[in-house]
Amino acid sequence: MEVYLDHSATTPVDPEVVAAMEPYWHLHYGNPSSPHLLGVEAESALAQCRRFLAQVLKANNPNEICFTSGGTESNNLAILGYARAQYKPGHIITTAIEHPSVLNPISYLSANCGWRVTHLPVDSSGKIDPAFLARTISPETSLISIMLVNNEIGVIQDMAEISRVIAAANQGRRQKIAFHVDACQAFGTVPIDISRLKIDMLSISGHKIFGPKGIGLLYVRTGIQLQPLVFGGGQEGGLRSGTENVPAIVGLAKAAQLAVTGFEEHAAVLAELRSHLLSRLLQIPGSFCNSPPDGAPHIVSVRFEGIRAEVLVHYLEQKGVYLSVGAACSSHKQRASHVLQAIGLSPEQAGTTVRIGLSRKLTLEQIEYACDMIAASVAEVRQIYG
Amino acid sequence: MDQIILVKYGEISLKGKNRSQFEDLLIRNISHALKGMDYHRISKAYGRIYIECGTNWEAIVEALKGVFGIVAMSLAVKTELDMEAIKQAALRLMEERAHTTFKVQARRPNKNFPLSSMEVNQEIGGFLLRNFPGLSVDVHQPETELNIEIRNEGAYLYHTTIPGLGGMPAGCAGKGLLLLSGGIDSPVAGYLSLKRGVTVEGLHFHSYPFTSERSRQKVIDLTRILAGYTGQGRMRLWIAHFTEIQKVLQKSKYPDLNITLMRRMMLRIATKLAHRERALALITGDSLGQVASQTMESLNVINAVTTLPVLRPLIGFDKQEIIDIARKIGTYDTSILPYEDCCTVFVPKNPATKPHLEQVLAAEAQYDIDTLVEEALAKTECLTVSDTVQVF
Repeated sequence: MEVYLDHSATTPVDPEVVAAMEPYWHLHYGNPSSPHLLGVEAESALAQCRRFLAQVLKANNPNEICFTSGGTESNNLAILGYARAQYKPGHIITTAIEHPSVLNPISYLSANCGWRVTHLPVDSSGKIDPAFLARTISPETSLISIMLVNNEIGVIQDMAEISRVIAAANQGRRQKIAFHVDACQAFGTVPIDISRLKIDMLSISGHKIFGPKGIGLLYVRTGIQLQPLVFGGGQEGGLRSGTENVPAIVGLAKAAQLAVTGFEEHAAVLAELRSHLLSRLLQIPGSFCNSPPDGAPHIVSVRFEGIRAEVLVHYLEQKGVYLSVGAACSSHKQRASHVLQAIGLSPEQAGTTVRIGLSRKLTLEQIEYACDMIAASVAEVRQIYG
Repeated sequence: MDQIILVKYGEISLKGKNRSQFEDLLIRNISHALKGMDYHRISKAYGRIYIECGTNWEAIVEALKGVFGIVAMSLAVKTELDMEAIKQAALRLMEERAHTTFKVQARRPNKNFPLSSMEVNQEIGGFLLRNFPGLSVDVHQPETELNIEIRNEGAYLYHTTIPGLGGMPAGCAGKGLLLLSGGIDSPVAGYLSLKRGVTVEGLHFHSYPFTSERSRQKVIDLTRILAGYTGQGRMRLWIAHFTEIQKVLQKSKYPDLNITLMRRMMLRIATKLAHRERALALITGDSLGQVASQTMESLNVINAVTTLPVLRPLIGFDKQEIIDIARKIGTYDTSILPYEDCCTVFVPKNPATKPHLEQVLAAEAQYDIDTLVEEALAKTECLTVSDTVQVF
């Protein structure tokens, strides 16, 4: 049996998505900018996808959707693009557990462009304290970037409260603070309401939701000024030049459609899978769950005392079970993941952490098999190391 | 006027009756290095190899810089056997050197040429001095040495000599089995063996699932880089399944001796494989005193399991010197990729630096060594890794 439990790394492309994309590789292959019929065909497919995704996100206007090459580019565009559109450097607030594609553009701004940065600490469940955020906001604060679901431990931030704090801070300000949310791990599994949460920019990635790799989008609320990162023919409203990747955009739209139709059923399936998985895994002696109980339904971070995560991963791949190490570490430098460190794990604990990424397509039988294999492998490795 | 690259190969010209064998091997390796490039002819004569080429000589020289056995290369021009033609060629060659100290160094294998070497030196030297007022003579340490070789088919003139890789033609020295871990040192040891003409085959000990598929891929990638120095663009790699042995050793009553026991098992497997594949030596990346298994005591105890010579080209090298070579030969960036290897996953907390043979033998008494070695050998696979890249 093969059980893929690394959906937070990437997902297989859904066959329906492949089918939707197929004609756009070789039948409707025109350049959306071309004046002839083939171009118009491609352009109308592009417009349809944009309208659909705007509707899914409850955006006011399809032009608020900017297609990018994926989550990383969306996050870079949001942060660098926003910062470079400001007339002087200001203050950015983010969290200690963001994805590197948020943290690294921000540290670039702080190292090279005079921006001041605050990394909000998190508690042992991975949550920031909205009251602390409120105290951190200063008159110079111009951008706040907070991920909805963390990719390593699945913690969901209290966006309603965070949004209230930012709205309160924006009261009476001439220059409003922009609010960016990295939703790459959240979209499709956790509800997102852009207008209620007053989100200004939102990043989404295609390959996390059974769509193709190399495609994503940045929602940019009308009125938010960004400097492009890529200049050229002025596609995507000048925000992201380059001939549009029409097949991948069609794939992204189709994948989004599959994710949101039946969202409630998917959520129920995931909740059941997760609770079953956890109850089985926590029976293994010396096992601990790093994910908070109210975390995202599809990300489970666990550790097994004394079992190096890499060894467990390689043991399980032999048995057809694929999961991910929770921390990047090498034989020479034990470099724990910044996320696991931020929630207070020791380097040893981080080094024994594995991440399980679930999806709505898994079955209870598969989870059952994976748990059997994990329990057996943990026992076997412990036996070898004595 | 033809461009000619003169290839000098120093050391092999010392060999007696084997000489043409060495030369032919070098020519074969040169032809392989120049595969797909445009040149007219490779020929040998008088302890030199001549490559006649066109304007692409820079690319050819660049390719030859990776061929073992070449001591130096010179870009020469060929003229007719006529003093006037030689003078005109000398004039053109020395134009860019018109403000240096120089001497003319003529050789005359063609004894029918009317002038002696000394006379050529004097006449061309005087001619150049009259034409370039900025030029002056220094016969001891000239900045420019204008070489003129007078041969049957024409005269060759050159002044610049580009150093080659040195060493011996790859493949001239018999087969050696390189213990290739994936770290920084062993590929360098392999390179230095290739440099002395050894036909190197790699042997990697894979401890999957304690090490990953990526660490195996890393060793294949290192082999691919080394394959570029074999003269034939490919190299064999043996991958031995070492997991079972690791598991058994992990249960040892003497955890401090684990590394010693592990290295002894590796050498035993390597020795058996070497006998089977007719390799005459083992090669390791040991550098004296670098880690616990590389003290004199450890080397002694580890070496005791084999009767084959164990070549340790890095024995006197400091880490930084090894790293410098690794960077030069292009293995460093691959070597430092952070994947586990069998030595890092099972390292004891306090590895013994001075193991005693009696103690080691006592520790080994609990194992059926021969069976373990045979089982590992039975699961050993062989890959031929080529330095050419294919896309799907």
